[in-house]
Amino acid sequence: MPNSAIVRNPDWPSILKGYSALPGVPDELLREDGSVRPEWVSLIAHLEGLSPDERERAFARGAQYLRDAGVFVRHYGEEKSPRDWPMSPVPVIQPASEWKALGEGLAERAELLEEVVADLYGENRLVEQGHLPAGLIASNPEWLRPLIGVKPASGHFLHFLAFEIGRGSDGSWWVLGDRTQAPSGAGYALENRVASVRAFPGYYSGSNVERLASFFRGFRDGLNAMRREEGSRAGILTPGPMNETYFEHAYIARYLGMMLLEGDDLVVDDGRLMVRTVSGPKPISVLWRRMDAAWADPLELEASSRLGTPGLLGAVRSQGVTMINALGAGVLESRAFLAFMPRLSEVLHGKPLAVPNIATWWCGGEAERDHVRANAADMLIGPANSTSLPLEFEPGAVLRGDMSELGLDLDTWLASQGRNLVGQELVSLSTTPTWEDGGLKPRPMRIRVFMARTREGWQLMPGGFARLAATSRDPSAVSLRSGGTVADVWVVSDKPVPEDSMLTHTEDVFVRTSPGLLPSRAADNLFWLGRYVERAEGQMRLTRAYMSRLPETPAGGTPLMSRVEAYLDDHGLDKDEGVPDAIERTIAAAVNAANQVRDRFSVDAWASLADLERTVGNMRKTVLTGDDAASAMGVLLRKITGFSGLVHENMYRFSGWRFLTIGRSLERAIGMADLLSSFAEWSGPHGGFELCVEVGDSVMTHRRRYPVAASRDTVVDLLALDPLNPRSIAFQIDEIRDQVSLLPGADVNGQLSVLSRAVLRVQAELSVNTPQSLDQTKLVDLRQAIGLLTNDLHSQFLD
Amino acid sequence: MAMLYDIKLTIDYSFQTPAAGARQILHAMPLTLAGRQRLIAGSVDIDPEPAVRRDRDDFFGNRLTEMAFAEPHNNIVITLKARVEVTGGAEPGSASVDLPTLVKALEVETDLASRSPLHFLASSPYARPVEAIADWARSFARPGRQCGDIVADLGLALNREMRFDAEATTVSTPAAEAFANRHGVCQDFTHIMIIALRSLGVPSGYVSGYLRTLPPPGKERLEGADAMHAWVSAWCGPGVGWVEYDPTNAVFAGTDHIVVAYGRDYADVAPVRGAMRTAGGQTSNQSVDVIPVGE
Repeated sequence: MPNSAIVRNPDWPSILKGYSALPGVPDELLREDGSVRPEWVSLIAHLEGLSPDERERAFARGAQYLRDAGVFVRHYGEEKSPRDWPMSPVPVIQPASEWKALGEGLAERAELLEEVVADLYGENRLVEQGHLPAGLIASNPEWLRPLIGVKPASGHFLHFLAFEIGRGSDGSWWVLGDRTQAPSGAGYALENRVASVRAFPGYYSGSNVERLASFFRGFRDGLNAMRREEGSRAGILTPGPMNETYFEHAYIARYLGMMLLEGDDLVVDDGRLMVRTVSGPKPISVLWRRMDAAWADPLELEASSRLGTPGLLGAVRSQGVTMINALGAGVLESRAFLAFMPRLSEVLHGKPLAVPNIATWWCGGEAERDHVRANAADMLIGPANSTSLPLEFEPGAVLRGDMSELGLDLDTWLASQGRNLVGQELVSLSTTPTWEDGGLKPRPMRIRVFMARTREGWQLMPGGFARLAATSRDPSAVSLRSGGTVADVWVVSDKPVPEDSMLTHTEDVFVRTSPGLLPSRAADNLFWLGRYVERAEGQMRLTRAYMSRLPETPAGGTPLMSRVEAYLDDHGLDKDEGVPDAIERTIAAAVNAANQVRDRFSVDAWASLADLERTVGNMRKTVLTGDDAASAMGVLLRKITGFSGLVHENMYRFSGWRFLTIGRSLERAIGMADLLSSFAEWSGPHGGFELCVEVGDSVMTHRRRYPVAASRDTVVDLLALDPLNPRSIAFQIDEIRDQVSLLPGADVNGQLSVLSRAVLRVQAELSVNTPQSLDQTKLVDLRQAIGLLTNDLHSQFLD
Repeated sequence: MAMLYDIKLTIDYSFQTPAAGARQILHAMPLTLAGRQRLIAGSVDIDPEPAVRRDRDDFFGNRLTEMAFAEPHNNIVITLKARVEVTGGAEPGSASVDLPTLVKALEVETDLASRSPLHFLASSPYARPVEAIADWARSFARPGRQCGDIVADLGLALNREMRFDAEATTVSTPAAEAFANRHGVCQDFTHIMIIALRSLGVPSGYVSGYLRTLPPPGKERLEGADAMHAWVSAWCGPGVGWVEYDPTNAVFAGTDHIVVAYGRDYADVAPVRGAMRTAGGQTSNQSVDVIPVGE
């Protein structure tokens, strides 16, 4: 019976006018009889109760959160990430009872996968007994031969899994793909949750939606429990900011309070894995990897990898580290496995799969090949060892028997390439509502769900990451190949659920943990972030000083303006550009450095830096030289000090902050020494002293401290020697000395480190000088000595 | 006739900037193969002494030495010495089969142990399918032709078409490029032949090893004798098993060939694989002596 025939009563919600299930396809919102499923009733009522304005504002709040979090800022990568799709504000709602049953079924599937992968890297009995074709395994690029016979330290290969699921026409869940290598998306699910809570703040808190925090806490506690030696750590391994899901890695690391590490942060020392930190190498024994195995160790796996850690396999082999998941576990992602899973369940568990997967036939067998040939019109046929989902685009795959791309006929293809091909049934998927044109509209959807091995066994995340098709024209899974939106998944209990977040942890006694280790690479990036931000600020002040003088400069110029122009030129700043290109480049460098330590910044700090970058980009297109540029610089200066403020007000005062501060002070001291050596000559062009005071942002202080006009003495005193002026060189050197003395290794067995001694020398040199004795030559020498501190810092902490 | 060889390999690395944390895997010790060759004695000396050293077998049954250096070094010298007795080669016998029979035999294969032919059929990093090579190979697969003959025909043709040129290619030159230009060294000859044979469905792999340095009186010196050498192993059916063909010299491997390692391609058996954090460049020198004992 088509749903459109249902006569609806007059209080049928107006937002549901125009919503009806597609024929022959189950709908998440509506029952077959056209009534609203109970778990949706209150959300629909809530939405119905909002005015169109309130609704738009609510949805905008969710979208705003994702924008502020920088979720939509895309970098470098060519590949599309799930975040190229905007968020649909309406969550997918699932009853807790059904989710519980799904979790039990998927736990069985997880166990089955564990047994299969353990066999493939162990005795290989499944192949020997003919349950898996030997040729298929041998040609699987993720069956990593150097790891065969290697037992994982934790005793398990799999700890964190994702399943791509969809609801088939019979109303039950089907697995479309198993994700066993390094599944991404859990962080996106977390963000979507924050966004959907923002969209429905009052509603969410009383809505019995199960919280995500306990799932992550259980997983994190499980990771920590696997640590091998006292004092060793668990960390997250990322391929770095070039990776399209790096944002998620940083997000998860921050959320779980775990170290975010790149391959270069790690070294292997006699079978133990160590993190290179500013306090020296520290042991790490659990790595949640977000990197494909092939790149993990250039010595034994992909030799060209620059992302990996040489010798990591040695540490794995000697059970010095547990990899989450084990290197090589990606072998199970090959779609051909779906053809064998039903049989493997019978063989290993003695029963059918609790959660079936999409019907798949390996074309290496004659009967299967015939079946695929006969039913090609309803199938997707593609490479057997591909890890793509049946709904993702892939070259070399054939949809509904259309052979036009391949240039040969189906029979020949199957006969010659059968062993390398699988056919997969094109299933139709259920629809769920999205918001469009002022009302709800049905869209086919699939969900990525996550399972973690915890101390209490496999746990299914009460939520997930849903993908909705762009249109409802084609309910088959392939319509999800392109475009569409993503949505949060709410698992709704019929009982109230306790409030929970990563911050509430009532069962444990409060313990103040020691601050985390600071990897050397992170310290390096923080140092340079400090320098670049300060450098950009200096460039802005200088540009402003020039641009604001420009309108009043006579046609032939003035000696001071010629001097400024030469100085700008020396510093790469183009005087003919309103917003010089060099400023944009410096900010890009700052963003790049910040991006590498993204796990260490608040959403607000990141948003403010991203905003600065965007503003500079926009201004470059419109701002003219002169007054326009001077006022633009004012705007930029307020924005950049906003970022510095957020960082310095909120960052925990430990090693990371110290490196950032040292970078800032060093850059500021260098900039000031530069400025003074160029403009504070005794006999320099008229106006040079005032320029120094202005660029040094000390106009007010100068006025207050000295009742006279700026002279060389007052300027050098205030900007170089006065230890109380936060813009002076002396102030920066004091700051650097304070921070360096608090860093690990400031002294070695009671003896000052090379860096400490070098800083002390600069400090002493400054303190014995007067404005008269600190002449231009000494300023140049001073600038050089400060610059050289970078080298000492590098060799002590960052190499 | 059994041959006895003394082998000496020296690899000398120099780093512009002293390299800390250098880590290497050495694949250079000859294997013991029943009915073929026997390692009588062998040693690997490393100077300076590495902080960690481990000798073990890899998946394919090759002997390897892992070494890791804690301190920065300007220079690392690896010296391998081995005495090997070689009693036979790896030529096809008479029990060879044709290609359709070979394909059928592979379909029922369930063995995944290290020498299973199934490991040597799929694409591998240095031996990815190349259409031009597959097109070229097709003419050698005439119906009824025996697998062992196909290996010999194809290898001989390749040897005739290719020009040995030690300067033309490097370790990273793709096989497609070496084939298009018809020049290269033993590594290029070997990869091209592997790609060609795999395109016909013949499992084939990479053999790294040594060649006797000086020819017997009256014979020509073989190409590739002054460095580690490479040739092809091909599986010709359950009866014959593996045969080895040296396309650089257009001969089946005989008692002049000493096997070090088997792999899918160069990546599996590179004599030295290494990684280190170093800013400057590095240079390496390899020298090989393979001297018959008592000849």
